[in-house]
Amino acid sequence: MAGRPNTEHVAPMRAALFATCLADRFFAEACADAVHLLRHLGVDVLVPTGQTCCGQPAYNAGHRPEAARMARHTVRTLADAEHVVVPSGSCAAMIRRFLPDLLEGSEREAALALAGRTHELSAFIVAVLGVERLGRGLEGRRLAYHHGCHALRELGIRREPITLLRASGAEVVPWPDAEDCCGFGGLFAVKMPVLSTAIADSKLAGLPADVDDVVSGEVGCLLHLSGRARHHGASGLRFEHLATTLREAAGA
Amino acid sequence: MRRPDGYYEAARRTIERHPATGAAVAAATRAFDVRRARAYAAIDVEAWRRWAEGVKDHVLTGLDSHLEEAEARLTERGVTVHWASTAAEARTELAGIVERHGLARCVKGKSMLSEELGVEGALASCGVSVRETDLGEYIIQLLDEPPSHIVGPAIHRTLDDCRELFRRELGTPADASPELLAAAARGALREDFLAADLGLTGANFLVAETGSIVLIENEGNIRLATSLPRVHVALVGIEKLLPRFADVAAFVQLTARAATGQPIGTYVSLLHGPRGPHEPDGPEHVHVILVDNGRTRLLAEPEAWKALRCLRCGACLNVCPVYRTTGGHPYGWAYSGPIGAVLAPGLLGVEAAHPLPYASTLCGACADVCPVRIPLPELLVHWRERSVAAGLGPPGERLAMRAYATAAERPSLFAAAARLVPAALRSPVARWLPALRRWVAGRAAPAPSRASFRDLWRRGTD
Repeated sequence: MAGRPNTEHVAPMRAALFATCLADRFFAEACADAVHLLRHLGVDVLVPTGQTCCGQPAYNAGHRPEAARMARHTVRTLADAEHVVVPSGSCAAMIRRFLPDLLEGSEREAALALAGRTHELSAFIVAVLGVERLGRGLEGRRLAYHHGCHALRELGIRREPITLLRASGAEVVPWPDAEDCCGFGGLFAVKMPVLSTAIADSKLAGLPADVDDVVSGEVGCLLHLSGRARHHGASGLRFEHLATTLREAAGA
Repeated sequence: MRRPDGYYEAARRTIERHPATGAAVAAATRAFDVRRARAYAAIDVEAWRRWAEGVKDHVLTGLDSHLEEAEARLTERGVTVHWASTAAEARTELAGIVERHGLARCVKGKSMLSEELGVEGALASCGVSVRETDLGEYIIQLLDEPPSHIVGPAIHRTLDDCRELFRRELGTPADASPELLAAAARGALREDFLAADLGLTGANFLVAETGSIVLIENEGNIRLATSLPRVHVALVGIEKLLPRFADVAAFVQLTARAATGQPIGTYVSLLHGPRGPHEPDGPEHVHVILVDNGRTRLLAEPEAWKALRCLRCGACLNVCPVYRTTGGHPYGWAYSGPIGAVLAPGLLGVEAAHPLPYASTLCGACADVCPVRIPLPELLVHWRERSVAAGLGPPGERLAMRAYATAAERPSLFAAAARLVPAALRSPVARWLPALRRWVAGRAAPAPSRASFRDLWRRGTD
């Protein structure tokens, strides 16, 4: 069957879902969608209950000691996971690129090992599971995809989400500003709000005119863009998390 | 006096009251970036960038010996070399040169260092009249505004602004074409070139091996400013060194591609001292003022010293979503955009530069295009760490961060706090939290999921 890994003679792959602090609270259904999708692909999903926050908000704002504390906790929480799947490019990038340098000695070694086993959701599906065709569940859907900056530039994830969406029947409408920053920037959104929303306006202004569906793998970006769109009264625009869209693609 | 500490208010004013500025800047920067991308795509740009990064790191990590070599070569060619530790010293040296040669009329090539040092005021108080000869600098000189961009000083202005300005100052028709406007400026500037006794420029590069002063331009004003007046003064930041003459060709091309998408500048001048006995033109005297002004202090800063690789191409400004929204004026000093935000704390000090390192979403677009691979987002985070350590920023933020980290180390506490979020967001008291107030001022409040994912998982209801 197209899109299913051959699990006949091999024990099911086990992966821990790192939900992320923002998705846990604001996109819980998308996290659940990620679990269903991964199970559908033959992955045995665990959710280590000690998980909280990877420390990115603190790190990006220059609060290194607090970031290190959260890094330590995250490394310990995920120590036993064979693979870690993250429905967020920015949090996956934090774990893969920045956690090790926050720690020392054996903790740093553990963080380096964790970094190698941690993947953003679409990258996990394509690069680790080797799946590009999830199903045909997105036939007839026209959508625009917003790439998160961290997924794009720190993890080099550009092709994977688009491939998964198109192979499942979606029309991913060309959006010249798709790779532009949306202006969220974590704490920047509330430290310099007028700049943040001005950038969102620029991003939204460039959306192809006949597209109502915006999909992204980043919760912060989705909250920020949808919040700004609704502030402008653009209630017809839908903002959906990639995990939800891909679950629909797979019919899981 | 402009300062970085007014950044956010100035940015806000520009966004809320001068939308035309943002529109002009956005159009210009996008155009620059499209050309840069095309010029990068035409070469093996990754190889060029890595090579340039290596050469710059080599010279920066051996700067003292390269500077001594440069001084020796310059002196052999009859150039007088001056050393200035601070902006004040640079201005003093310049005043000394003016007095020594009895100078009165200056034509100036575009030099961001001259902005940084504030030389215009110093020259005025020496009784020297200064004419900016780069067209963009000429425009903002007439408008009495600071430059808004490292390469295109007047990009915050529209064509109509220029038409109105030139109509007033030069008598051109109200609907003059860009070509007519440029021709009018050229005609006016000719007079200034012919009458000047001092040509003041910066330098794109100074070659240690040969003492060559390298200048890249598109208009020919630098060629004239360094040939006609009897004295040429070049202001050179000590980080502008290249080790060998053989490095010049690639750096000139890389800079031009990054800045404007040209394979090379229209004019490239390689200057080697004053007019020789058999040469028909050139200055009688050439002075180089080597300027530190905080550069050696920045050189000692771990990681952040890499900002000194900068070629002043402006590519990072052109892709920065934050810069693009307002242009350079809100940054409050000579260098704006991502490079401005990482040079300011190094050259001005962390306190004076605040909050520029925070004027960024850390999107990383700048690092992707930098011709010398300065890791700008990492440098921004570095300066944010130094800012927090220096006690800058709102005191509430540090407390909130500590509390957040404390909760994040205790999963059941974190989960309990997460359960309070929906009620908190609805409560009128919570709206007084600065973060929430600032969010809802311009965006609908985020809607929490009815149950958090950890609760869904715990209950097994997925």
